[in-house]
Amino acid sequence: MGEIRKDIPAMVEEMPAFPQSVHRVIQLTSDINSDPRDLVDAIQHDPILMMRILKLVNSSYFGLAQKISSINHAIVYIGVNTVKNLALSAVVIGVMPSTNAAGFDMDGFLRHSLSTAIIARILARKAGVQERDVFDFFLSGLLHDFGKIVFAHFLPHEFKKALAMAREEGIHLYEAEQIVFTADHTQIGSLLGEKWRLPLPLVACLREHHGHDQESSLIMAAVSAANQIGKELKLGYSGENIIEKLPRTISDLFDTAEGAIIDSLGDVSAEMEKAMIFIKN
Amino acid sequence: MRYGGNTTCIEVETDDGQTIIIDAGSGIHPLAQSLLKKMPLSSSIFLTHTHWDHIQGLPFFTPIFIPMNNIRIYGAFDPVLQRDIRDVLSRQMEYCFFPVREAELKADMQYSSLSEGQTIAIGSAKVTNIIMNHTVINFGYRIDCNGKSLFFTGDAEPLYNIYHPGDDYYDEYERLISNKNAMLADFVRGVDILIADSAYTEQEYQAKKGWGHGTYDTCIAMAEKAGAKALYFTHHEPQRSDEELDQIHDCLREKFITSAAACPFFIAYEGLEIAL
Repeated sequence: MGEIRKDIPAMVEEMPAFPQSVHRVIQLTSDINSDPRDLVDAIQHDPILMMRILKLVNSSYFGLAQKISSINHAIVYIGVNTVKNLALSAVVIGVMPSTNAAGFDMDGFLRHSLSTAIIARILARKAGVQERDVFDFFLSGLLHDFGKIVFAHFLPHEFKKALAMAREEGIHLYEAEQIVFTADHTQIGSLLGEKWRLPLPLVACLREHHGHDQESSLIMAAVSAANQIGKELKLGYSGENIIEKLPRTISDLFDTAEGAIIDSLGDVSAEMEKAMIFIKN
Repeated sequence: MRYGGNTTCIEVETDDGQTIIIDAGSGIHPLAQSLLKKMPLSSSIFLTHTHWDHIQGLPFFTPIFIPMNNIRIYGAFDPVLQRDIRDVLSRQMEYCFFPVREAELKADMQYSSLSEGQTIAIGSAKVTNIIMNHTVINFGYRIDCNGKSLFFTGDAEPLYNIYHPGDDYYDEYERLISNKNAMLADFVRGVDILIADSAYTEQEYQAKKGWGHGTYDTCIAMAEKAGAKALYFTHHEPQRSDEELDQIHDCLREKFITSAAACPFFIAYEGLEIAL
């Protein structure tokens, strides 16, 4: 593997900051004794997050009898705990970009990211991970391919070339990226994760999700497996056309054939549709 | 034991013989025994929320294993976990928790996620819900049937202001609380029976704020505001003995004896039957 192209770290620097509100909300929601006033404050300082939560609360999924007009109103109506949990999901999904720079199918990408997040979450629950830690699996799944967004955003023509090369030559997208950029999306994604000061296990997931044979933590293995299963189930499209075997940590843990693991996950696409309410609204 | 140790389950039998069950705590197991004579059974179970103590009896509700029975289950969609009521309930019947999976149940099982205020007609009765303040979405249910009515809060904590007097949003929050309380009082207005979560005494509550349960005094205030005709305290704090419940009852009677607006109140016990 050659050196990372000199201009790439600069591009990572230019990527938008992980919104402060995300850190703040994650921090507040992980502390059970946090002051609800601080949560309201954090949400209100991010108008997009605020609108997202209000739209969600007012959506037909909630089916409330009254229209909710402010975050305080939402807390009075559905309780501080529910608002806290919604804020957490809304901030995380809000990090996903919605624009397209390289002819890259953003809807497909979004679905791929979301399906990886959801499957990683199911795997975590099946593996008996505590509910408060399950969220990290979801977040890692959601962000695992984020490096591709940096390519699509800053080097759209070259990224298009890498996508075509992977497709035509039947190689991994990360291999094509290495040829075109002398760097791949896992490296760029982890640089971005560091810039965003994400927790270290999460950064490791961004960096290692294609490195199956290494000693991997449960979260890395789950995200890696979720990535492959999402492709197997054709949920979204990430530009990668090759489906790899599941990491050994996962096949050992479930001690059954790959098909049986996938069957045991339940209806993932139904879960996807439900999760889309955070995005479509 | 006089007041009983099973978790929440309330049966309502309508004038025309329909069986409505609110919550499926462990109390649904003894209830099932009394329902065996009604087979084939057609019953509707309304869940206030899906915390363990309100659903844990469902796998032991014998009618679900018997063909020809028809069981309809109603509850809230969980917007946080994005799971409907069937998903949540199936989970407690996964193989590591229970030997029979949801898909293998013999009765005809139907599930519906309710939106707030949605009315379900069960024979001559109408069941409607309102969201109550708890740590998850929790429905309080009102049942009306031929002019008779009851309301069950499920788990519910009275609203309190998260701001302090002088904070920017204090007044706005007060207004929002008072609107929600007025909405609740209108919803519960004039019920014959109010069954309410009174887990704590006022003194105990100070250390349990935000845990999602009410106190004896707040339940009395709610009954008063809504003009309920009788109040039954339930969701007793699990550590509380029968004697302590009696003492609490005595104290409350003394405290509210002069209050003209307070309706009669009682400590609910397991197996209590009320005819309207």
